[in-house]
Amino acid sequence: MPPPPPHRPTSTSTPSGKGELAELKTQLRQLAGSRAPGVEDLKRELYKKVISYMTIGIDVSPLFSEMVMCSATSDVVLKKMCYLYVGNYARVHPDLALLTINFLQKDCQDEYPMIRGLALRSLCSLRVQNLVEYLVGPLRSGLKDTHGIKDFSEWAQCLVLEMVAKYVPEDPNETFDIMNLLEDRLQHANSAVVLATIKVFLNLTMSMADVHQQVYERIKAPLMTLVSSGSPEQSYAVLCHLHLLVMRAPVLFSSDYKHFYCRYSDPSYIKKLKLEMLTAVANENNTYEIVTELSEYAANVDVAIARESIRAVGKIALQQYDVNAIVDRLLQFLEMEKDYVTAETLVLVKDLLRKYPQWSQDCIAVVGNVSSKHVQEPKAKAALLWMLGEYALEMPDAPYVLEGFVESWAEEESPEVRLELLTAVAKCFFRRAPETQKILGAALAAALSDAHQDVHDRGLLYYRLLQHGVETAERVINPPKQAVSVFADTQSSEIKDRIFDEFNTLAVVYQQPSYMFLDKEHRGAFEFSDDTSTNASVTESSETMLASQSVDANDNDLLLSASEKEDTRGNLVSNGSSSYVAPSNSLIDGLGSFTVPPAASSLPTASFAIDDLLGLSLSTNSPESTLAQPSLVLNAKPALNPGAFQQKWRQLPVASTEDYGLSSQAAANLTGPQPLLKHMQTHLIHCIASGGQAPNFKFFFFAQKSNASTGLGYFLVECIINVTARKCTVNYKTDESDLLESFAAVFKSAILNFGV
Amino acid sequence: MISQFFVLSLRGDNIIFRDYRADVPKSSAEIFFRKVKFWKGEEGEEAPPVFNVDGVNYLHVKVAGLLFVATSRVNVSPSLVLELLQRIVRVAKDYLGVLNEESLRKNFVLVYELLDETIDFGYPQTTSTEVLKSYVFNEPITIDAARIPNLGAAAIFMQGSRRMPGTAVTKSVVANEPGGKKREEIFVDIIEKISVTFSSSGYILTSEVDGTIQMKSYLTGNPEIRLALNEDLSIGSGGGSNYEYGGSGGMGMVMLDDCNFHESVRLDDFDLDRTLTLVPPDGEFPVMNYRMTQEFKVPFKVYPTISDVGAFKAELVLKVRAEFANTITANSVVLRVPLPKSTTRATFQLELGASGQSTDFKESNKMMEWSLRKVTGGSEHLLRVKLTLSQERNANIKKETGPVSMNFTIPMYNASRLQVRYLQIVKKSKTYNPYRWVRYVTHANSYVVRL
Repeated sequence: MPPPPPHRPTSTSTPSGKGELAELKTQLRQLAGSRAPGVEDLKRELYKKVISYMTIGIDVSPLFSEMVMCSATSDVVLKKMCYLYVGNYARVHPDLALLTINFLQKDCQDEYPMIRGLALRSLCSLRVQNLVEYLVGPLRSGLKDTHGIKDFSEWAQCLVLEMVAKYVPEDPNETFDIMNLLEDRLQHANSAVVLATIKVFLNLTMSMADVHQQVYERIKAPLMTLVSSGSPEQSYAVLCHLHLLVMRAPVLFSSDYKHFYCRYSDPSYIKKLKLEMLTAVANENNTYEIVTELSEYAANVDVAIARESIRAVGKIALQQYDVNAIVDRLLQFLEMEKDYVTAETLVLVKDLLRKYPQWSQDCIAVVGNVSSKHVQEPKAKAALLWMLGEYALEMPDAPYVLEGFVESWAEEESPEVRLELLTAVAKCFFRRAPETQKILGAALAAALSDAHQDVHDRGLLYYRLLQHGVETAERVINPPKQAVSVFADTQSSEIKDRIFDEFNTLAVVYQQPSYMFLDKEHRGAFEFSDDTSTNASVTESSETMLASQSVDANDNDLLLSASEKEDTRGNLVSNGSSSYVAPSNSLIDGLGSFTVPPAASSLPTASFAIDDLLGLSLSTNSPESTLAQPSLVLNAKPALNPGAFQQKWRQLPVASTEDYGLSSQAAANLTGPQPLLKHMQTHLIHCIASGGQAPNFKFFFFAQKSNASTGLGYFLVECIINVTARKCTVNYKTDESDLLESFAAVFKSAILNFGV
Repeated sequence: MISQFFVLSLRGDNIIFRDYRADVPKSSAEIFFRKVKFWKGEEGEEAPPVFNVDGVNYLHVKVAGLLFVATSRVNVSPSLVLELLQRIVRVAKDYLGVLNEESLRKNFVLVYELLDETIDFGYPQTTSTEVLKSYVFNEPITIDAARIPNLGAAAIFMQGSRRMPGTAVTKSVVANEPGGKKREEIFVDIIEKISVTFSSSGYILTSEVDGTIQMKSYLTGNPEIRLALNEDLSIGSGGGSNYEYGGSGGMGMVMLDDCNFHESVRLDDFDLDRTLTLVPPDGEFPVMNYRMTQEFKVPFKVYPTISDVGAFKAELVLKVRAEFANTITANSVVLRVPLPKSTTRATFQLELGASGQSTDFKESNKMMEWSLRKVTGGSEHLLRVKLTLSQERNANIKKETGPVSMNFTIPMYNASRLQVRYLQIVKKSKTYNPYRWVRYVTHANSYVVRL
């Protein structure tokens, strides 16, 4: 025999022909059944030979079945070689690959975790298309494998967990299996692992309100430990997430408020977050302590934090009703005689007065102590001026204080302050004309020659109004005011939900959804474009789906004035075939929920929609049975973005499936998806995506019961319509199963009503 | 995934720069540094560790006077990136022994080699010094640790306890020692940071111990180690907050609110006898982090009083009492007090015979400082400060003074009373008896006394 060429990995001989292969085949076959001691070593030798032939390009695929037979062993080295062999030939011989499925699947259940892992990897790397279906089972059980995740490095665990967060379990049992398996990841010292795990927990329990709340309770301690250990930078990233959770469910954290007290050594970026959290968790039980603590920070050497602390006291004050306690604090702040403290306090008093005008006596007494010389900041000056104008009668020296301001008009740098001054003087004039007349003249003269356009214009406006008549001017400049009930929230709940969807990402740190800070091409694959009205596929189906009725449109709606909104709504409906309009009162105060009056309204146009909501009109259900069901009131403005819809749709099981017959008019009207979705909208059932062409259409609708807590109380509907058959198949999903029947009745009556 | 990694000095010099994905311009280091330096907050605030400039996300940590920065274009997990940066720091420290600008500059080839193995195309691969050892071939060039003012947790041992070999924890895990032979030793440090806030009446408002059991192993052959903690250690109250139960923790029991563990730790026996089992990887790592809000005996009590003593004068008296045993000595004790805005002068009057103490008053920010080099357990110290004020009748002098904040380090003392009962090295050979160092240290995190 010639010596083997040097590049060959082993010193085994080359098969000179069919004979050699046949011999290997026989040997393998003999060993396959053998249980003799040392048989594993013999197998290894043979395997090595086979692999070395394979490496140099000799086709050893005829040995396939023997190789597979021999691999029934617990020897990891043998297994590894066999997997290598199988992986090599599967791609070119898909027929042979089929033979391996069985034994690989069996290995996926081996008692040794290492073999389970290797087998799963080999199974997944067969790369034969029609075998992919066999992967699903082992992959699933792999996910449940108690050894699974922990064998990865911490960084790989983060990636895997990111993936698991997107997985939708088949049933609650699977959800709990996954959570129990991952439970100990919450004790990991690496905050990235813990946060990735928390994301999984939060996502999995999204539609199980009580378990979701348990998750909050469970993750508190680990999050707080991570905040306390590690560098300030690491603490910050974790604290941002804790902040997000606190803002979502402040009630759950109200007894943990002491954890949010600022530490002397905390950097200002951490203190700021803590102040917001303290503000959020304040309730009647802990307010006293929280406000006392915040007041201590008002004397902080860090001026920015001192300011934030006073603002925080203000925010809490705006939620509470104890005027005495708050006035005490305000006095304390003003006593400190620090310019910035005084400034923030004045702004705070102004806001308080706008919300609680009835506190004017107490608050004005406080402000009366402030010497205007100590007020330097424009915002504070403006606040003081506003109060002087508004409460000119209660503050005896108001005209004289204003006079001082007018005299130094030229030195006042801020146009904002000059505008406020002009208005304050005018308001004071309406109340105390004799004392103020001269001052008003001086102020108007100064304003008319002011270099700032707005100041000049306002001066001119006031001047002309006063020329026209003092009463007219007063009606315009100082009309009776209503107390502000709620100050505008800076973020819509839609934005907040989107940030929550992006848990464990930068979105949480920036408090912005990623589309606001990333370039388009760098957003994740699962991201929806910021403009939800563009094409967005909502289901895995390959149909082209047109997302309609974007949630953004809803938000914009809130910005429109009531009349404009009505117009829009009118246009929407007039596009449809019928001419009815939903009751206008509910649309105008679109923020509120739609309450169904006990009896049908006397307006015939309105009664349609109301009847529909009760499921009375055109419904085959008898009125008695409908009324027996729990009452359902739908939210007029439910918010649900396509991403959240998609997730809910995957998580929830189909609760019921119904077939309805459509009227011929309905079928005739359904030339495209638009008319139906507009129709359903008048019934407070919103379309999130629709698609298809005649005769087949598909719609995804959603609705939410009113007064539902965030993220809950949704009804999701998949509606498939065949116009030719005049048939409509409806799949309902909901996290509110008690009300499903009522909702189904509403939906049914709405859809049957279409085109009538 | 990250796009770039770089290290900047506090002057903004580029010490290390590695680009992984070439999707962020090279000028990023400059953009970053300018942003951090001139962060425009309301009143000159510190830049947050994570921010976005023109679609590029910058994440950084500050260690040893250096800025470790990662950039990314995508919506990464901020925790993942910040943990990664911190881990790179740790690996560098394991390799170089001492981490500072000089050691990084001297070893930049090695650092690049480490970075190539640590991160691939922006994805973290491994940050374990143990694993990296088999892929990394450059030898570290060690610098003379003795003349370097040390930074980081290890430094605190060097001041206090003479029993500790000072250079031990600053030597490289990888480099051979001058003699060619490595000393077999293992360090287990129980490091506690305590935060206490006292009200003006001396009552404790909040208190917390944040602890870490840190390990650094120089043992060959990676033997298994068993670390036994207090047998009666209890963990967790379920709700996450122990404040309600404060002080009622039973007789001498240590009650932790919560803890977490390094991934090498096995907890098989933990519930049974509070023993941690692990095969320590090479390098420094935290075995366990813990948090305790159970009331504990505070190491220092401070009694500050301020009073008017004339039209333009006030007197501040600070009394400090060390509440721990007299066998223990605290180091680098510093008390800082912000004085009233109208203070123009502060005259200090130390006790007779006081040594190792110094005082200072900075007019610019009206801050006074009292430093005591050493404070023995049980001792009491007093300082009188006479203030000259520019304003007559200061109605609220008390409101304008304070709070007193205190810094200290107390070696061989731990506030939580968490103990390592024993450190067992499971190795067959009976002659094998490496050095085992179990050390305790407590330092102040936020120790505040209100006036």
